[in-house]
Amino acid sequence: MANTLFDKIWDAHVVQKVEDGPTQLYIDRLYCHEVTSPQAFAGLRARGVKVFRPDRVYCMPDHNTPTHDQDKPIEDPVSKAQVDALAKNAKEFGLAHFGMMDKRNGIIHVVGPERGLTLPGMTIVCGDSHTSTHGAMGAVAFGIGTSEVEMVLASQCILQSRPKTMRITIDGELGKGVTAKDMALYMMSKMTTSGATGYFVEYAGSAVRGLSMEGRLTLCNLSIEMGARGGMVAPDEVTFEYIKGREHAPKGADWDKAVAYWKTLKSDDTAVFDKEVRFDAADIQPMITYGTNPGMGMGITEYIPSDDQSVSFKKSLEYMDFHSGESLLGKKIDYVFLGACTNGRIEDFRAFTSLVKGRKKADHVTAWLVPGSWMVDAQIREEGLDKILEEAGFAIRQPGCSACLAMNDDKIPAGKYSVSTSNRNFEGRQGPGARTLLASPLVAAAAAVTGVITDPRELM
Amino acid sequence: MKQKFNIITSTCVPLPLENVDTDQIIPARFLKATTREEKFFGDNLFRDWRYNPDGSLNKDFVLNNPIYGGQILVAGKNFGSGSSREHAAWAIAGYGFRVVVSSFFADIHKNNELNNFVLPVVVSEEFLKELFDSIHADPKMEVEVNLPEQTITNKATGKSEHFEINAYKKHCLMNGLDDIDFLLTNKDKIEAWEKVSR
Repeated sequence: MANTLFDKIWDAHVVQKVEDGPTQLYIDRLYCHEVTSPQAFAGLRARGVKVFRPDRVYCMPDHNTPTHDQDKPIEDPVSKAQVDALAKNAKEFGLAHFGMMDKRNGIIHVVGPERGLTLPGMTIVCGDSHTSTHGAMGAVAFGIGTSEVEMVLASQCILQSRPKTMRITIDGELGKGVTAKDMALYMMSKMTTSGATGYFVEYAGSAVRGLSMEGRLTLCNLSIEMGARGGMVAPDEVTFEYIKGREHAPKGADWDKAVAYWKTLKSDDTAVFDKEVRFDAADIQPMITYGTNPGMGMGITEYIPSDDQSVSFKKSLEYMDFHSGESLLGKKIDYVFLGACTNGRIEDFRAFTSLVKGRKKADHVTAWLVPGSWMVDAQIREEGLDKILEEAGFAIRQPGCSACLAMNDDKIPAGKYSVSTSNRNFEGRQGPGARTLLASPLVAAAAAVTGVITDPRELM
Repeated sequence: MKQKFNIITSTCVPLPLENVDTDQIIPARFLKATTREEKFFGDNLFRDWRYNPDGSLNKDFVLNNPIYGGQILVAGKNFGSGSSREHAAWAIAGYGFRVVVSSFFADIHKNNELNNFVLPVVVSEEFLKELFDSIHADPKMEVEVNLPEQTITNKATGKSEHFEINAYKKHCLMNGLDDIDFLLTNKDKIEAWEKVSR
């Protein structure tokens, strides 16, 4: 029988199907960060249960970590307590822990792939909706709640209903200045934030195949913003090339064996998906959001829609202080944030740097450039990007989730406009009252040097 | 936490907004707790809609309107989108809601509600619209949610709808059992599977 990529991996992990209920699925890798795990560990303690397979669990703080002075104790006592709790829990239950200042630390969804911990064919979960990122490596990866984290800690299994499958095919060539982020924002604008709810998405087509590993990670990261449980890309030479030689990647004969298996991980030609969607890469231009959910996006030269009269839409524009029918080009902005599990990888820093090179940051703009991990930070310095950025008036901060959700000090003040490479523009996401415009690193760079919303293609 | 669920008849709190995301249900700055104190999360449910930036009550928000109350939250479609934070479900449970009614739920949040013995009830768009109308016309009107029969009834109009829930989860809710209880009882199966497949 013909199977989809998702079916192959899911079926290979079924321990049992509960009668008239969910599937008991075996999990290869559990990632834990400090925010969604403490109550799960407390649950284990209350039940008197140990972690069932400690070698399959990796812990690291990322949400609360400050992006400066990480060698000193965290100033906010509540954040500090949560970060300390993860270290203590990892120690007590015998789990790997990459603490702050450890060179392996960073945003969990950046670290997993770059350390070779995330591999094709795996099932991966984390108490974080952006776990969908790891699907880019050809894994079934999805976000879960804290009770589910406790389930996996206790049994290395999770009870889940099998999602439906969707294939999104994007063929054609991406235009100048159009990135993986724009592909995702474009899809969301067409499909809405609930368009893929109930589905697991496989991205296919020549435009997807043409993306680097970093680009694929960005694309899959944003699957959840269409409501999908996860998104994935079939592993290919790009994937194998990316994994080869990484710290936890298979080596020697194990490598050959692994690659032989990974090559089987693709949807069969005659496999049937529950839903098929197609887009043309040529229709996509650099995107920007104007509202308070990631589906409220448009091409940067387009106008805010004027055909939606719903209460939710009006409330959204009121919050942003925007109006139906207006263009965002030329609007003054206050903050720029480059980073997050969406766009905190080396390729994102390269793109941002390429555009600001030889230019200067606009005086009134505050820019936060936050690498996704220490490994990304090291690469930035190795390639000399830090020097170019410094000359243009930018400074590199220390790694973490930072202003994506403002659990540390990096909060956008109320009423201020932030062009952000993160994943969510919800009300208050970057700080109470903050106004977020989601965009690619190139659009963020163009805004950073001009001080207003600018089509990056004009600067390229 | 593990409250057995059977039949709930209650007035409703209407929230006729679409795409209510978990950042609104519980903003990120309240996620720093290391314990599961329902009162803390319940007190901060919809925090930035309930309170003005100066800390005063936002009288226009439905939770601050004394006309409305009850154990059933009725919300517009795509409720609970965004972050996987279970804190959102803890806040809903902590505030005292036992049921959330909507025409569409985001996947992860729906699971989180079920794992906290809050029942997400998916109804048709028509049923939801009529329910909002009924509550608007009479805030004291009641809704009956019958888990054993899997029905929801608008007592103002008498209209009833069947809702879906898998038999396993229904059994868990009605008997106060959770998934971890289930998984801990079949460790031998997991070990046997590992021997063959890992």
